[in-house]
Amino acid sequence: MASSADIGDSGALQNIDRFSPAPGKGSRRFGWPLLLAYLLLTIGGVCMVTPFVWMILTSVKPPPELVNFSFFPENPTLQNYSNVLNTSSFERWYLNSIIVATISTVSVVFFDTLVGYTLNKFNFPGKNIIFIGMLGTLMIPTEMLIIPWFTMSVNWSWHIGYAQYWGIAFPGVITAAGIFLMRQFFDGVPNELLDAARIDGMNEFGIWWRIAAPLVKPAIAALAIFNFIGNWNAYLWPLILANSREFYTLPVGLSFFRGESTTHWERIMTAASLASIPLLIIFLVFQRQIIRGIALTGLKG
Amino acid sequence: MRLTLHQRQIIWAYVFMSAALVFFVVIRWYPTILAFNVSFRDWNVFEGSGPWVGLENYQEIWEDAGKPRSSVTAAFSNTVRYVLFGVPTQLVLALAIALLLAQIRRLSALYRVAYFAPYVTSAVAVAFVWNWLYQPETGLINQALEVVGLPQQPFTKSPSQALPSITAVAVWQNLGFAVIIFLAGIQQIPAHYYEAARIDGANAWQLFWRITLPLLNPIIVYLTVLGTISYLRLFALVQNMSPQGTGGPLKSTTTVVLEVYREGFSSYKMGYAGALTVLLFFLILLITIIQLRFFSRRVEY
Repeated sequence: MASSADIGDSGALQNIDRFSPAPGKGSRRFGWPLLLAYLLLTIGGVCMVTPFVWMILTSVKPPPELVNFSFFPENPTLQNYSNVLNTSSFERWYLNSIIVATISTVSVVFFDTLVGYTLNKFNFPGKNIIFIGMLGTLMIPTEMLIIPWFTMSVNWSWHIGYAQYWGIAFPGVITAAGIFLMRQFFDGVPNELLDAARIDGMNEFGIWWRIAAPLVKPAIAALAIFNFIGNWNAYLWPLILANSREFYTLPVGLSFFRGESTTHWERIMTAASLASIPLLIIFLVFQRQIIRGIALTGLKG
Repeated sequence: MRLTLHQRQIIWAYVFMSAALVFFVVIRWYPTILAFNVSFRDWNVFEGSGPWVGLENYQEIWEDAGKPRSSVTAAFSNTVRYVLFGVPTQLVLALAIALLLAQIRRLSALYRVAYFAPYVTSAVAVAFVWNWLYQPETGLINQALEVVGLPQQPFTKSPSQALPSITAVAVWQNLGFAVIIFLAGIQQIPAHYYEAARIDGANAWQLFWRITLPLLNPIIVYLTVLGTISYLRLFALVQNMSPQGTGGPLKSTTTVVLEVYREGFSSYKMGYAGALTVLLFFLILLITIIQLRFFSRRVEY
């Protein structure tokens, strides 16, 4: 019968959206246990959300109100936002983060999907070695590679001028985890379909681009979203590579911004809001896909 | 010359993988070898070389570790403490929340969004929001403590409270990921297991210990390994929550990666920092192997 190993097989996608009550407990509709579940979840949920609420509330308070001990602002203002935007390079940091996250996401989507497809659908000598060679890199923490990467970047002048965009992005333009994930998802694409296209005279690139890849669109979307978020929030490597403030990404700029406004909490909270609100909006818009994707990829992994 | 279909497939496969092969060799494997090489040299990053010093960097780490109030000893022991405090807390809380979420139908999506939002937020922004929450006198948490008549706490300002305070933030940030994975796993457990057990007279407690928990074992292992690795690599939160980003007060919060950053990119002792990253690599490898050995067991029903 079913064993624990079944978890992670293809049934995952269908089951995740079925948020029915846990098996065997559905009969108690409005009992105390259900009420208790809601109560505990609400307490937990408030703990999760309060820091965000407090961040935004602080960011719209005039500085004197910070010591007033009132939860809600009495005279809400956007003055902090115009102050922060005028005195720092936030617009530039946004632009940098968008550029870097876009470069790596476009590249990851293209190459991870292509290589995952190749490793799933093609037979060629050296396949196992190549697959293990790619997967093996997952064991190596990126922290171990930052000194070599920095040495290489200095060698090739990726740490100065506009090359810094590439310098920040290059470690993540192809990912082993993404290749592994896409390889799994191409299991669901029937070989007969690809053979039919071959008989029709389509070339291999066209078969991948026009037939196979469109069939795994949900997986590609998940890969793209996670990769974008991951690169947007990346900190250690951009901190090391970017050497002038015009090339900081948002988290790096934000970190340096604190140094300049040590005790002005309304300004720091404004900056934190500026850095996190765009991503929170993206998350709210795509929350279904993101949460489903996490569950799916997590179970696959 | 006419190629057979299989030969053409081999050529296509290597064309599709060419960029990825170059990437994994140049950006992943070569730097891995270079990382070991750096750790045996007095590395100068701007020259891209340095004299071979054998085990001197490791020796220096060993000697530093023996000194009183050593940063290295603090970094390794703190890192292990982050794992020991953080991972179990995160797993138990996430499992409890996932079990509760599995009971409810209404508002389930809303709760999932609330629990998951911190996970998509930049660690730097998260660090600043919590710095503000933890502030003495004006911070929200200390104000709340005062309202209920409890003494104010120094949190990140005190050597004894700083590490647990930062761990709590890491748990807050990573909790949502584990919740989603657990929830997906719980929903994969076939309902008839519970029905059969109930007919045999099992109570809710027995259902949890005898069915839910054993069947979630693969997921618990997965989340333990992943969680451990992420706590072993803690950096952004600590750097942005400790005074001047140095892992204080009194080195009570510093981590291995923070010391790598400080030694390598503030003091430019690259060989020393490289040796630290190699030690981190072996630490991660060792702990992962131990966890996979001890926690993995298959459950058959």
